[in-house]
Amino acid sequence: MSQLAELNKPLSQTAKASGQAKQQPLRPMMGNEAIARGAWEAGVKVAAAYPGTPSTEIMENLAKYPAADLHAEWSTNEKVALDVAIGGSFAGVRSLTSMKHVGLNVASDSLMSQTYIGVNGALVLVVCDDPGIHSSQNEQDTRIFGQLAMTPVLEPTDAQEALDFTKLAFDLSEQFDTPVIVRSTTRLSHTRSLVKTGERVEVRGKGFLEEPKKNVMIPGHARLRHRALMERERLLQEYFENSDLIRWEPGSDEVGIITLSTAYTYVKEVFPEASVLKLGVSYPLPEAKIREFCSSVKRIIVVEELEPVIENQLKVMGHRVEGKSLFPREGEFSTEVVRDGFEAAGLLPPTPKFELIDIEPMARPPLLCAGCPHTTAYMALRALNSRVSGDIGCYTLAAVEPLKAIDTSVAMGSSIANATGIALAGTETRPVVATIGDSTFLHAGIPPLINAVYNNANITVVLLDNHITAMTGGQDHPGTGRNLRGQETHKIDYEALIKAIGVQWIKKIDSYNMGSVYQSLREATLYKGVAVLILDRPCVLDPVKLKGPAFQVKAESCTGCQACMNLGCPAISWSDELYEGHHKVKIDEAACIGCSLCAQVGSTNCIQPVDAGLLQ
Amino acid sequence: MNDSTQMNLESAQAMVNPQSVKTPVNVLVVGVGGQGVIMVSKVLAALCQQQGFQVKQSEVHGMAKRGGSVFSHVRFGEQVYSPTIPMGQADVLVALEWAEGLRWLPYLKPETGIFIADTQQIVPPFACRDRKHGAVSGYAKESVAEISELISNCFAADAGFMAAELGNAKAANTLLLGMLSTALDFPADDWCEVISQFVPPKTVDINMQAFSQGRDWVERYDPAVLKGGKGIAVKPGGLVPIPHEVQFVLPVITEAWCKSCDICVKFCPERCLSLNENRIAELTKPELCTLCRICERLCPDFAISLNYKN
Repeated sequence: MSQLAELNKPLSQTAKASGQAKQQPLRPMMGNEAIARGAWEAGVKVAAAYPGTPSTEIMENLAKYPAADLHAEWSTNEKVALDVAIGGSFAGVRSLTSMKHVGLNVASDSLMSQTYIGVNGALVLVVCDDPGIHSSQNEQDTRIFGQLAMTPVLEPTDAQEALDFTKLAFDLSEQFDTPVIVRSTTRLSHTRSLVKTGERVEVRGKGFLEEPKKNVMIPGHARLRHRALMERERLLQEYFENSDLIRWEPGSDEVGIITLSTAYTYVKEVFPEASVLKLGVSYPLPEAKIREFCSSVKRIIVVEELEPVIENQLKVMGHRVEGKSLFPREGEFSTEVVRDGFEAAGLLPPTPKFELIDIEPMARPPLLCAGCPHTTAYMALRALNSRVSGDIGCYTLAAVEPLKAIDTSVAMGSSIANATGIALAGTETRPVVATIGDSTFLHAGIPPLINAVYNNANITVVLLDNHITAMTGGQDHPGTGRNLRGQETHKIDYEALIKAIGVQWIKKIDSYNMGSVYQSLREATLYKGVAVLILDRPCVLDPVKLKGPAFQVKAESCTGCQACMNLGCPAISWSDELYEGHHKVKIDEAACIGCSLCAQVGSTNCIQPVDAGLLQ
Repeated sequence: MNDSTQMNLESAQAMVNPQSVKTPVNVLVVGVGGQGVIMVSKVLAALCQQQGFQVKQSEVHGMAKRGGSVFSHVRFGEQVYSPTIPMGQADVLVALEWAEGLRWLPYLKPETGIFIADTQQIVPPFACRDRKHGAVSGYAKESVAEISELISNCFAADAGFMAAELGNAKAANTLLLGMLSTALDFPADDWCEVISQFVPPKTVDINMQAFSQGRDWVERYDPAVLKGGKGIAVKPGGLVPIPHEVQFVLPVITEAWCKSCDICVKFCPERCLSLNENRIAELTKPELCTLCRICERLCPDFAISLNYKN
């Protein structure tokens, strides 16, 4: 045994002895995997989603269960996905849709009406928030949507609860005739912990319920349903008073902490002796239980990530609580953040300050991959001095150095209409261009393209077709010709579609031909009206990882101009040699996929294929 | 045993705090997207589960996979609440890449934390963004020797090189797991069993070799070897520019010879040239010029020149 292990022995063995006693047949599962498992166990029959970090793995995992058990699909966007799930519910089977927080903005139109209608078969929405904005455009709090839609919101803490709460959500949905939101966060969705699983319960379909007063939301029906909704809220509140979702963990009566979701784990970590009321639900709240808890302690503190949703409800109930005065309203929580809050409240002694190792970390921002076909469009757009509206996808990375060619990025599908507005404002002197990926175009890019043609905007649209939903890890969409389960299906013909919309200037070229991309973009921007340039090349990572013959730098020809570095290619870096004081470059052969873009921009024929005997 | 290892022993003893036996053990695994950070942490998490611990493993997907910084928190013990490790609380920091290891050092427990690192350097294009004469690399400057001065339990090896010598550079992660195995009290056979489940079946043998290689390396570890022993890389941090005597002054454009072809404007990597109202090339952003001489070389009419200073 090594010296270190010997020294750690007491620590590990103590933990092991007590750990082994509890050993059970548990499976390590990511939060998202557990949500999928919970839905499958609950007998879900229809499941639909559009990919979005951190929610993507829910539908990917559901698709691993047999097709005989459930229909699982990638839909074109979140509203379509919710509407498909609503259809499943109308048809009387248990249905689910999953999405990221901003996906609910897209789907919210249907949710706001469906909440009036209620359900026939259960309807569960899993919405994953992204506190800390790891991979999103904002950090909105889904729980406020729950209140707006008068839809109960369940909030699991770990993978086990993710499974259990999702299962329960289906039962609650049918019992109370309501859609139910299960809210996750990045930290829960992407943390693996041990889970006890169960078996699937087949729930027999109820068949379509013919009840127009409930299923058809015209004003006369909707007014009655709104009243029913308020009664439903009261019944749910009553239910939660005695539900297992609310857990009172008694402790010192000096202070009581009301918390939920992953914030609960940080509270337990830093303040194990406190009285805790762990809420598994953030709307509607069990008022009597909360009143009882609040009167049992001298001071009440609410610990919740993002918006003061619980805190404000408690204040309306008339409780004197502290929350956002101690804990931040933005960003992701951690043990440190929660500890700082309790220290500020004077409840914990200040952490002993220790000397941190003072090393300035090197910047390593995310990059477009070596050989990414998106690169050429942005090299050319920058050279053409264009005003570029970007969209949501990997290519948003072209907004920063070295490509630095995107001026705006708002939300899914915004680019084309943003460009339309910029062009029609009549103040822009540069060519106005929108760039949008294939999956984003099918998600929300078609109506704005119709609109641009309809209103005769002078814009160029670059459709970056890499044949996959790349950003979220390579999901199929209607342009790939395959569905979620990998089966062949109809493949969208972009040129025919765009032509049918009425675009007169359409051209499809290879993204890897730098000269042709530049020339075509120049033509497109000179055209008066809507021009669409389709840049066609598959993503280098998905569905298959591409690797062609690598390129190398002929050190004797390299003049250190580093024009190739403008691509921002992760395979290119400085070599140890200098030319007139400038660093020469080298290519990492293992990382190079042979796209040849660097060779195309090199000024002295200095970059050639590794095996280039014939070219010399 | 020499003085330095003696010091390791004493400081490592401080890790065992009798009041905190219930505190989970924290292992932070870091690296660059695509290196296998998630695989390494999954192996560890599976092993901890097999040993009867509660375990949480937390990571963030999304942007990070695109060549960015990747990390995975593994916490195990009798009861684990928080999925993440607070700053200054990691018992072990495993770095698959040198600069990434340095980035996360503040998460290591002061004094007692164990730093296990691959000295492999993945230099991002961002660190080579300066084209100017005599530019310095932005890659982390700190050398292995400097870091072992700061951290008593620093184990840095060129795992990729050692694995390549065994016959497969891809087994570097397993070699690091071998090194990690000496810091945690689990039987070597159990490690091997779990690793076998995670690597491709054809590579089990080489991975087993890499695992013992990593273990042996720590057993035989002697900080004195850092000065250049076999299998240990002591690369100087970053690239050191060699001073160069030749100095140029900014491009000079002979207006009469310019035919407005636009080639220099389009090819300038810093975009500091443009055509003026008479469509003559002009250096409009001289502060951005790096004297790379592309414009001089590409001008078909020899209208641009960069001259020696003297």
